[in-house]
Parts: sequence; C-alpha cells; structure tokens
Amino acid sequence: MATTDTHPPDDQPAAPRLSMRVRRALWVWGFLALPVLFYSVIRFYPTLDAFRLSFTEWNLMRPPKFIGLENYREMFADEDFWQVFRNTFAYLIMGTPISLVVSFTIAYFLDKVRFAHNFLRALYFLPFLTTASAMAWVWRWFYQPAPTGIINSVLSQMGMGQMDFLRSTTWALPSIMVTAIWAGLGFQIIIFMAGLRAIPTTYYEAARIDGVGDWAILRKITLPLLKPTTVFLVVFSSIGFLRIFDQVYNMTNNDPGGPLNSTKPLVLMIYQTAFSSFQMGAAAAQTVVLFTILLIVSLLQLWVLRER
Amino acid sequence: MKRHMTAALLSGTALFAASGAQAVEIEYWQYIYETRVTAMDQLIEMFEEQNPDITVEQVTFPYSDYQTRVIAANMAGNGPDVLQLFYGWTDNFVNGGVLQPLSKEAFPDEMIEETFFPIVSAMERNGDYYGLPTAVRSLALFYNKALFEEAGIGGPPETLDELVETGAALAKKDDAGNYTQVGLTVEMGGQDHHWWREVLVRQFGGAPYNDDYTEVTYNDEAGVAATEWYTDLDKEHGIGTPGFMDEGQAAFRAGRAAMTIDGTFRLGSFSSIEDFEWGVAELPANADGLQSNYASYFANGIGAGAEGEELEAAEKFLKFITSPEAMQVWLEVVGELPASPEAALTEENLADPIYGPFLKGLEYAHTTTFYDEAAQRQVIMDMTNRIFLEDQPVAESVAEAAEEEQDIIDDYQ
Repeated sequence: MATTDTHPPDDQPAAPRLSMRVRRALWVWGFLALPVLFYSVIRFYPTLDAFRLSFTEWNLMRPPKFIGLENYREMFADEDFWQVFRNTFAYLIMGTPISLVVSFTIAYFLDKVRFAHNFLRALYFLPFLTTASAMAWVWRWFYQPAPTGIINSVLSQMGMGQMDFLRSTTWALPSIMVTAIWAGLGFQIIIFMAGLRAIPTTYYEAARIDGVGDWAILRKITLPLLKPTTVFLVVFSSIGFLRIFDQVYNMTNNDPGGPLNSTKPLVLMIYQTAFSSFQMGAAAAQTVVLFTILLIVSLLQLWVLRER
Repeated sequence: MKRHMTAALLSGTALFAASGAQAVEIEYWQYIYETRVTAMDQLIEMFEEQNPDITVEQVTFPYSDYQTRVIAANMAGNGPDVLQLFYGWTDNFVNGGVLQPLSKEAFPDEMIEETFFPIVSAMERNGDYYGLPTAVRSLALFYNKALFEEAGIGGPPETLDELVETGAALAKKDDAGNYTQVGLTVEMGGQDHHWWREVLVRQFGGAPYNDDYTEVTYNDEAGVAATEWYTDLDKEHGIGTPGFMDEGQAAFRAGRAAMTIDGTFRLGSFSSIEDFEWGVAELPANADGLQSNYASYFANGIGAGAEGEELEAAEKFLKFITSPEAMQVWLEVVGELPASPEAALTEENLADPIYGPFLKGLEYAHTTTFYDEAAQRQVIMDMTNRIFLEDQPVAESVAEAAEEEQDIIDDYQ
C-alpha cells in the first residue's frame, strides 16, 4: 500500500495484473497453506480415520478387519468402561467449578494487593510453567504413607492415623484432582486478572459515587462484565479435565489408573487399550466417545453461557 | 556433458555397491536399560573385532514404547535385523510377521535344545525357533543383613512359615500404628504376582494354569489358600503393606524393608547400596519342601526384513550374542544368568552367594505364557486390592480374577 502511494498514478489499465484483493488473498492462502496442510495431515486425517478404525479389529500387525459395531457393543457392555466414564466426569464436574472459584477469588484479591504484587503473581504462575509429570511425582511423594510422605509424617507425628491418599478407592481421585487444579491455577489467575483489568474503572467510580457496596459491585458489575473471560476459562478448563492424563499416569504408574480403576480417566484407558494391549480398533472407539463428549460439553457450555 | 554425468553416476553407484559388499551394516534393537546397553556395546565391540566386515548399530528405545516402535517400523518396512524381545511377545511378533524363523542350517534344533535351558521351548512355534536368549532371570529373596543382625535372626527363612515368623519379627510400627519398617515388601505390582502365580499357588497344592497356559485353573481351594496367605501378610500378621514407600525396591534400598522378592535384573541397581550389606536366598519352600520359581527371559530374534548379506551377518551376530562368551559378559555387566546350563551351572557360579540362589531356582522354575502381560498383571493386582481395600471375601475375589484373566486369554486365542 505504501509503495503505490509513492509512485505516480498509472493510467494504463493493468489487465493481466491481479487485483489487490486477489493478490492479498493469494498471499494469505500462501502463508496459510503450510499450517492447513500440516493440520490436515497430522490432525484432521487421523481424526477422521479414527472413526473408520473404530469399526475394525486391528492389532497393528495384520490389516484391519471390519467388524461393524462390535467394538462399541463390547465397550458399552464393559463395567470398567463405565467406571472410567464416571471418573472422567468426576474430574470435570468437581475440577472445573472448584478451579474457577479458587482462581477467581485469588485473582480478585490479588488485583487489590499492591504490596509484592508481581512477586505473588509469579508465585501463583510458577506451577503452570513446571512439567506436569515432574509435579505429579513430587505430589506422589507428598501423598506417600509415613515415613516417606510429608503430609502423613506430620499426621503421624501428631499421633494421628494416616490418610491413604493414593491407596484409597475413595480419596485417590480427589487427591489427584487437587494437584491438577493447583497446576492449572496460575494460568486461570492470569486470565482472570487480565479480564478484571479490562473492566473500565469509570463503572466502579460511578458505583462508588452512588454508594453501592462491594458485594453489589462484584455481583452487578464485575461478574457480568467478566463473562467472556469466564466462558473462555470454563470451556478451556473443562477440556483440560476431560483429557486429564499426565497427573494420573505419573501418580499411579505402578497400577495405572488404580487402585481398582478408581482414578482412571478415559484418555488413560485409550492409551492402555492402544499401546499396551494393541487393540487399535477398540481404542479408536473409545476415542470417538471422548471426541463426542468433548464436543457436546463444549457446545453445551457455549450455549448456556451465550450472550443473551 | 550429459554422458559424462551418467558415467560418473554409474561409476559412483558401482563404487557404492562394491563398498557395500565389503562392509555390511546391521541394526540391533533393544530397550533402554543402562547396564543392558553397556553390555551390548561391549559385545558389539568384541564382535566387530572378530568380523571387521560387519558393523552393528545399536538402536534403543524407552521400554514403554519399545513394542510399538518395533511394530511400527516393521509395518513401514524398516525394522531391525536383530532385535531383543520378551519371550511373552513371541506370539504377537510371529503372527504379525515381525520375526523370521531361525534357519535350520545355522541353528539346528538339536544344537538349540542341547545348549539352552529347557525354557527356550517358549520360543518355538510349529517346529521353528524364533529366537534365542543370552540370559535368563529368576526370582529370589533379598534380605537386609544389618536388620537381621540387629534383630538377632541368624539367617533368611527357608519355609513359608519361617517367612511369616521372621517377617513379623522384623516389622516395626510407630505409636500411631503406622509402619516405619516392613518385614517383607507386599507389592503385587512388582514381582509378587509372579511369585503368587508360579510359586505360591503351586505350594498350596494347586496349579495356576493348564499345561499350555490357555486355561486359568487357580480358582480352587489352593488358589484361595495362596491368596489368603498372601493378603494375611498385611491383614493378619502385620508384616508389610502395599504402597509402603511407594515401591518395594525403594523401601529395600532405603533400608526400611528387611526382605523383598525380586529378580536377577535388580542386582545391578541394588549393587550400589552402600549403607548396609544384603544377601540373597532361594524362595522359601512350603512345609513339604516343595520349591518353585518363575523364570523369564528376553530373547534375540531375527527381523523379517533381513535378507541376503544382512541376514548372514544377522545370523553371525545372533550366534555371537548367544555364545557362552557373551553370556559371561552379560552376567558380569547386567547380572542376568547365562541361558545355557554349561555357562551357568559352573561350580564357581553355583557357589557364588548371590548368583547361586537364583541359579538353583532355575532348576525348578516355571515360565508363564502371557498373552497380554500388563493386563494379566493388572488382574492379579486388582484381585488383592479388592481384598485389601474393599474387604471382599478372598474366594469371591479369586473367582472374579480367574474369570477376568480367562477372558483376556480367550481374546487372543
């Protein structure tokens, strides 16, 4: 654009030359071609292929054999699948609201703190920068029975009984979920704080002049104006909890997803079916289920939280 | 100009081909385990010295995706020439065309059957052998000599009853009733599931499977008794508990487990323990003196893709790495037992306080045929977890496990 301005206007009609619009489109698509091609080959094609594979029996070594809906029939008849299905939703239904409430609360108050603000923010963000598996191992040791685990050692020194965090079918899942919430907290806090900062201060000033209390300001101004941020985080964190894997796998790798499948999420089940039992067709069927859940949950949330 | 180029290209190709005939390069694949990789490096060096026209490249992958890599590479047509495989994967690898049968000229059946321990038969399918082991592994009881001395116990237990007695004497708990030291590690996820299957079930008068391992047969009185005895180590006698210090071997290393049952492959990592002396004993016998053990091995096979000169080189290399000379290197570096009685059962080895008990175990060992080892291990882990965590009656839990495992086996038939 800048170059055309500096040249004298050309009266000759440029018949063979492409219009600015077309040229720009060509440039854009030229640059986009690479990622589009890349995504088609390594993302979209395998995704579509998973649907096809889910109707086959395939152990990687002999050609896939078409078996219709057999994989789905077996999967839905399998008690373990439903246990894993429930676990996956337990991570989602407990994880998402808790992590959002906690991160909003921290962001809300951190926003008001001036003392050591940057330091505190960095501190909350730190876990997000750490490798998930490294964190999982640290927590795994925290949760050990005494004398190894720090939490149980303290309990034990106070003469109390131990908590069987990861060895209990009741507490293992919440114990793992807490670490996943903690790991994602930093990111959510940063996003919430950005959202809070984006709210024009004039609204708050006007409200103060009118003598509105803190609670009312929060409810009537902050939360409604924060809605786009909240929608983004709800969808983002739901997807995160639905495809939780690292924490579970690393904290229970002696008995993956155990004890007694009580912590196994769908992704771990898919991993085991595919890469430990080499039943690619069955794993593809499980993947299709995960895909459908992700799709439905995401659409549902967008619909519920849509702009009215 | 064009003609010159063609000529140059042609002569280049000819040169390349000529040099190719002189120096064959083959690939050897195994998974990453420090001592195994070091031992193989040494063997390759020795082999290349004897065969200057052959170069062997060692390629390694993490254990967790080793099988996937082999299978994927085979599909893509660039699999290894010689590869290491767990004996339990043989079915899959043979059916999937990953391996080729060993040629009868280079490896006559009589030679194989004469040279190796009888458990080599697990590598035979329809009259053809598909691989040969360098080393075999068995189980034994590791014990912490310092803790034994401190408690005034003379030596390792020789029978199951003594094991319970010794274990109970060596376990320690704090005021709140938490273990601070266990007498014996209780961990089905480790080697205990092998101990339970091939040793305890038999010692209580049963058999874990039928002869060709296609049918689960532990769902009887013997299986239930063995399971009850095992879970009582925690529930009744307070000798140890699953998950103590995360892993049995970690507890033993830390000096907080007086005894643990583990395999030869643990020798390498336990050899770095400096805080205390440890010893090895044969697995305890039952009251009638019946002993059993679980032996397993990684074999070396020849990839389906190897042909011509490469196949010839691969056969030479396979012969070398399964020779008594290589077995000795493997024993010294990795700590795994030689796969041939001739190399293993030497007077020196049998008298060795560490190798001795493992070698004696080999004489009466069984080798389970696994169809999906990870899944079958999970079944046994879940079986005891249901008893430990959910107080399910033992008989019920054993019956459930038998049914689940039979399903897994049937899926592969």
